[in-house]
Amino acid sequence: MNKGNPSRRARLASALGSGATYILLLLGLIVFAGPFLWMLATSFKIPAEQFSKSLLPHPFTLVNYERLFTSARFLWLQVFNSFQVSILSTIGQILSCSMAAFVLSLYRFRGRALLFALILAGLVIPAQVTLIPNFILFSKLGLVGTKVPLWITSFLGGAFGTFLLRQYFSALPGELAEAARVDGASLPRIFFTIYLPMAKPALAGLAILTFTGSWNELTRPLIYLPSNQRLTTLTVGLSLYQAQYAGQWSFLMACAVVSVLPILLIFLVAQRRIIEGSAITGLK
Amino acid sequence: MEARLKPRGSDRLWVLLFLIPSLFGVALGGVGSSAVSILLSFTDWNNVSPPHWVGLANYIASLKDSQFLEAVSTTLRFTIVYVPLCLVTALSAALLLNRRLPGQGFFRAAFFFPSLTSAVAVALVFSWIYAKDGGLLNRALGLVGIPPITWMGSKTIFWAVTIANVWGAVGEGMIVFLAALQAVPSLYYEAARIDGAGSLRRFFKITLPLISPAIFFQIVIYTVNALQAFEYIYMLARRQQGASEMTTAVYLIYRNGFRWFNMGLASTEAVLLALVIVIFMVLYFRAEKRFVYYE
Repeated sequence: MNKGNPSRRARLASALGSGATYILLLLGLIVFAGPFLWMLATSFKIPAEQFSKSLLPHPFTLVNYERLFTSARFLWLQVFNSFQVSILSTIGQILSCSMAAFVLSLYRFRGRALLFALILAGLVIPAQVTLIPNFILFSKLGLVGTKVPLWITSFLGGAFGTFLLRQYFSALPGELAEAARVDGASLPRIFFTIYLPMAKPALAGLAILTFTGSWNELTRPLIYLPSNQRLTTLTVGLSLYQAQYAGQWSFLMACAVVSVLPILLIFLVAQRRIIEGSAITGLK
Repeated sequence: MEARLKPRGSDRLWVLLFLIPSLFGVALGGVGSSAVSILLSFTDWNNVSPPHWVGLANYIASLKDSQFLEAVSTTLRFTIVYVPLCLVTALSAALLLNRRLPGQGFFRAAFFFPSLTSAVAVALVFSWIYAKDGGLLNRALGLVGIPPITWMGSKTIFWAVTIANVWGAVGEGMIVFLAALQAVPSLYYEAARIDGAGSLRRFFKITLPLISPAIFFQIVIYTVNALQAFEYIYMLARRQQGASEMTTAVYLIYRNGFRWFNMGLASTEAVLLALVIVIFMVLYFRAEKRFVYYE
């Protein structure tokens, strides 16, 4: 077993190991970052050059991005719609989940355990089962063909957010609320001035997950706003452009860049929180 | 954890007010709409004329419908390929990143980012990668003299769509595995090394058992996602008039329910899909006792 100098052998093995690791990591980088670079590079090529052999754009052009303002003039409306829906959804989840989580973790009342179980049941119910009843409800309310169904349900709590925040509130000392109550603070006051500010990290995590989830969503926008270019979200817009501008890759890639950019910015700003949050929850 | 405070006076009203959104959510979302779906699955509801009770007709029709059976079989085939591919890739990536190397954080971010971006944008890029003329893949194959392949044709589309799907899902599993790997006490490895255990042995005897709860968790998540696969398939495999080169169960539900407004039948299919998911979960949680190691 122990031939030669063990520490030298170990050092050599570890150097070889690191080298092999880096080669594999670089391969991984090509696989995972490559498509984004390919998307970016194509978006800066002039349409006539999209099939060119070189991967780098030559000549470099912004003509595809200019077209986003001229021929695809609905795209910016769709960007606005996506922002609107995502921001409203985020506000809705933050408010409704934290309110429920606060009451569920701090107060004793009848049916508390049952209600929490019913809320959590949402984690295991497949989305398809809720799609049709919700569609029927919104069509009775005359809201099909508007953006309302895409965000209004976010104001009705949710399994994931309520669970996450309840865990957080339960870990905070309960004496805080008790002391505040002795001082005559009402329940909403305790919630808004003491507990909500303390839950900032968890709220930020929930906000990021809700925003990105809503920004990326395709199914419900496709159901509620399948063809109204003015009102629909960017994901549906992209799926329509895919057919409308079929084969115009340099232009389509510019559209894709626009849709990825906000998520990239959020990721760059909050990378740590997103990665740690995903590790804990296992949910995107 | 035990709730600590007993509501007094106006608190009672506030407790109720704070819960009203979630009460509506339970009624309209999760539990309530599941019940409605089950009811609808026994009707011929088409969103226009009033529904009629048709008993088990939808269920019998679905189980005899070759389209539905094929969609289920496509979904299962997809799941059987997708889950192991995601697991192996995500675990390999996590093992590679589980060393303290310069640049580790950068690689981790780059590998994770695809699972944060929208399936729509990613699928759009993949349709360009797979494009027959000038797509990245055919261009790369052209360098070694292989003539262009129609990746989106009926022979290869299953694999093309599956690979794109896996690509978009590796990151989330990797992050979960990485967290689990970092929680394994290094003491165990040192002890095993002193006892002369090789690296393969250490992996199978220490690493794998200790991260098995994370692997189990991720198998559950990946399976549920696979059985509900829709977005990549919609973007990459749909054809004119709602047709698709790769019809999964959810795609069929979408088409029957929201393109043809055959909502009774679509509800039946959704309930059947939910049943399939439940069956998978029951099997998984039975297997869990045998294969998953909890400290």
